[in-house]
Amino acid sequence: MENMVNIYLFGKKYSVPENLTIMCAMEYAGYQLVRGCGCRNGFCGACATIYRIKGETELKSCLACQTKVEEGMYIATLPFFPLVKQVYDLNKVTPSEAVMMQLYPEIYACVGCNACTKACTQDLNVMQYIAYAQRGDFEKCAEESFDCVMCGVCSSRCPAGISHPQVAMLARRINGKYLAPKCDHLEDRVQEINNGTFTELIEALMQKPIEEMKELYNNRDIEK
Amino acid sequence: MYSKKFQKSLAAVEAAREANIALEPRRMTAQEKTDLLAAYHPDYKQDEFETLVIGPNKGDKVPKELAATLQAHSRITPESVDLSTPDYDVDVLVIGAGGAGTSAAIEAHEAGANVMIVTKLRMGDANTMMAEGGIQAADKPNDSPAIHFVDAFGGGHFAAKRELLQRLVCEAPEAIQWLSELGVEFDKTEDGTMVTTHGGGTSRKRMHAAKDYSGAEIMRTLRDEVLNRNIPVVDFTSAIELILDENGNAAGAVLMNMETKELLVAKAKTVIIATGGAGRMHYQGFPTSNHYGATADGLVLGYRAGANFFTQKLFSTILPEPLIPSRSSARWLPKRYVLSAQSL
Repeated sequence: MENMVNIYLFGKKYSVPENLTIMCAMEYAGYQLVRGCGCRNGFCGACATIYRIKGETELKSCLACQTKVEEGMYIATLPFFPLVKQVYDLNKVTPSEAVMMQLYPEIYACVGCNACTKACTQDLNVMQYIAYAQRGDFEKCAEESFDCVMCGVCSSRCPAGISHPQVAMLARRINGKYLAPKCDHLEDRVQEINNGTFTELIEALMQKPIEEMKELYNNRDIEK
Repeated sequence: MYSKKFQKSLAAVEAAREANIALEPRRMTAQEKTDLLAAYHPDYKQDEFETLVIGPNKGDKVPKELAATLQAHSRITPESVDLSTPDYDVDVLVIGAGGAGTSAAIEAHEAGANVMIVTKLRMGDANTMMAEGGIQAADKPNDSPAIHFVDAFGGGHFAAKRELLQRLVCEAPEAIQWLSELGVEFDKTEDGTMVTTHGGGTSRKRMHAAKDYSGAEIMRTLRDEVLNRNIPVVDFTSAIELILDENGNAAGAVLMNMETKELLVAKAKTVIIATGGAGRMHYQGFPTSNHYGATADGLVLGYRAGANFFTQKLFSTILPEPLIPSRSSARWLPKRYVLSAQSL
């Protein structure tokens, strides 16, 4: 028999195998998940969850698909959090501090409590990347926030009403489009394709009998 | 932190590490690959397939689990929907909000169409979000779309539809450029050269990545762009039947709110099905790395509306692609396809 632990889903007690994730424990208990479940691999941010261990005061947060159950876990899922997402035209944005002031002025109301960082399900230094955003340092903001899954737990804890994931999203897009170095070989290749440089080669492959294709494939020169 | 059972397994890995590091795996021969697949791969075990008895592919063999879904009764009756008062009326209805669906919606919007997206989960809940290995495009000087063609054709066991593959390899570099312009942070060196690695079975390093969040980075950027364009996204709403006009062309879909079960009608001039693959059908009990939502919905939708979209042979490679190839949809290497290439 597997070892069981007692958990409390929205306050209701269930006994579940100790080796399950919170997400699997919910399914074990009989929940059919529509909300609060996405990629099941820690990337999509659908399964933000808050919990408190019985007898402790600290409120913890996690992704339900990435976290194992523990004895006495009081669990509430946060399948949606109302973040502020400002709409902008990336083609008309200039990579300067002014963009942040215009779109997300509340970041300058940060009181430095660091609750966002403590709450982050990805262990990101959230307050730090907001500081970079305040200064218009998009490259650093992008780097520091890169692993964000936009679950919104940080924002749920913010006394200043900042929507951290959306601020970081803006910074990353500005960095990717305007600040990262341009890729010459990519532009050249697109040009070559448009000029028809490979048309004949590809046409030949379209017609080749399967046996010849197999021959080609099985004798490829493979880059080390 | 780990269970005892897992610790035991961990110890076994650690004990064998030195020998494993020393081992230089050689490439398998074509025959060895064939034998291995015949013994273990679900696409090659013939007794796990069933012959379809109704529909446009009557007589073709498909996995038993899919046959059951394709040939099942509709979950609604005609009298339960009123087509005369559609809830939505658009130029383009995109079903599915993964990489393909959002790209298609962005391009349709760019072209001036009135477009909406419907998705049974949230926008971005898709295999694209999980494809962290990277995205392939032949854009390096030592590579070419022709080399990419041979790699992918062989990787797909010579079963691919060449017209689709041609578009995939020829449009891939443009897709990378398109994504870069949208702000996707691909890994580059200081001079802008893309950092690329090998994908499963490739002969050139053409896998572009964004750290180990490649697909997630692409997906969140596309999602942000859809939101910036104010394209309506009706989430937690599944398309459950296509609606056809008097000429048999797709003219919309019957939708169902996943939470309230309310039925809605969307009328559209064009319908794009970008619903993804079937990994979560768990054919033959096979495990999958696919997204929770990869349950072949689009295949069933299309089949019931009369689409003849696959053959038994093409099944494993073509299966997860959108049924109606659009300019954008060709950009996305289906997850299942990637896996079969990696299994070589």
